[in-house]
Amino acid sequence: MATTSGHTIKAFDEDLDRLRALISQMGGLAEHAIRESMRCLIQRDVDGAQKIVENDKKLDALELETERRAIQLIALRAPMADDLRDVVAAMKISSVVERIGDYAKNIAKRVPLLENAGNIEPLSLLPEMARIATEMVHDVLTAFVERDAEAAVRVRERDRAVDDFYNSIFRTLLTFMMENPNNIGQSTHLLFIAKNIERVGDHATNIAEMVYYAATGQHLADRPRGEDMLKG
Amino acid sequence: MIETTDNKAAPPVPQATDTAEPARVERTPKMTARNVHVFYGEKEALKGVGIDIHEDRVTAFIGPSGCGKSTFLRCLNRMNDTIPSARVTGDIELDGQNINSAAMDVVQLRARVGMVFQKPNPFPKSIYENVAYGPRIHGLAAGKTEMDAIVEKSLKRAGLWEEVKERLQESGTALSGGQQQRLCIARAIAVDPEVILMDEPCSALDPIATAKIEELIHELRGRYAIAIVTHNMQQAARVSQRTAFFHLGEVIEYGKTSEIFTNPREQRTQDYITGRYG
Repeated sequence: MATTSGHTIKAFDEDLDRLRALISQMGGLAEHAIRESMRCLIQRDVDGAQKIVENDKKLDALELETERRAIQLIALRAPMADDLRDVVAAMKISSVVERIGDYAKNIAKRVPLLENAGNIEPLSLLPEMARIATEMVHDVLTAFVERDAEAAVRVRERDRAVDDFYNSIFRTLLTFMMENPNNIGQSTHLLFIAKNIERVGDHATNIAEMVYYAATGQHLADRPRGEDMLKG
Repeated sequence: MIETTDNKAAPPVPQATDTAEPARVERTPKMTARNVHVFYGEKEALKGVGIDIHEDRVTAFIGPSGCGKSTFLRCLNRMNDTIPSARVTGDIELDGQNINSAAMDVVQLRARVGMVFQKPNPFPKSIYENVAYGPRIHGLAAGKTEMDAIVEKSLKRAGLWEEVKERLQESGTALSGGQQQRLCIARAIAVDPEVILMDEPCSALDPIATAKIEELIHELRGRYAIAIVTHNMQQAARVSQRTAFFHLGEVIEYGKTSEIFTNPREQRTQDYITGRYG
């Protein structure tokens, strides 16, 4: 249900806006961290990767700040209906975005281990996969800030592309490892990186469902699953 | 004195009515109102209201000032009869019986449908007499022993007995505001009503006294159908299982309290409960 106007108490609107702004800020940091992790991976930038690891502390601090403000808002303003759903969503989303930051950090930590890796094919696929996943994160958080349920649904539909990338990379790396056992070390690292990006897409999908519920009060029906590598 | 275990004898109150409800067979409502219009002179204060009041359930009426919620509450035991310019049309039934029909004795009706008002209004008499007054005029007690038992039972159900049992002969007006309101609830209970109407029963009370009344409402709903008008939305959310949102003399939305406050269907309900109204 769309919001018709602001609250009679203006400070209530300001509190909610501040909460949304925090989520946006966290999203910006998480997107940047994923993009940077890809750049560092491709350019073998070990120093840059170290910076990603350090910057993750900012996301952790913002998550705590979001939680603190959400709890304060619940205690002081007693939000109802769409406001309440929004506040709860903000709390949940902040912890998911923090987790996305952790994936970027995890990727960054593998950069020094891959410093001497050759230019194998998946290495060129990963940035494109990451681009789609970070776009999903960006768009779904915009959908949250704008309370746009339809935009959230569109984000969720894009997760299939990320899954397809993952499956393709998985197969390529498997072939690569079978060809030459010397490739197993770096291939495993790349596989974990691909898995991390795949998880980013999943988390964006989860956020899409939270945004949809916050905006409409209805739960989004289950999405038809893509091909699952764990089956068959 | 008898029935000293009265409080324990109360039927168990289901804690989570809303989740338990799908399994429950929907019973006939205690009271039904259909197409109720109220005019104060030329002004139409209620424009065709229809609501059911159920036993074992607290129904809250919320809405901005002048929306008609108190007017509607007052229809349920014909309190609007006391306002000369007021005219009520539509059907209001108690156990299937039209309460506005000539056959309905209004004194009897108000015994069956009790009322508690915004401001505690004990009689300037003793605590005992405040509670005994109703049963006496309705001839519910044959002798002092029975009357003593009714007074004790009513004060116990109102959660006031322990605080006043040593001073039943003191004036009801000497009690604190919260105690006075519980005395008024005891007075309403004393005539063994089926429905209790409460018109902002806590608006003159402090938070502790309010919490005691709310706890009392929670206990009483196992025995009576309760309808409460409140300006405090948190209170409606806390005490009721059903909520009706009134606006400009109409019921905009009526449904489960848990849904009204988390996911209302109507924009106007949402704007009101989230503090965007007006």
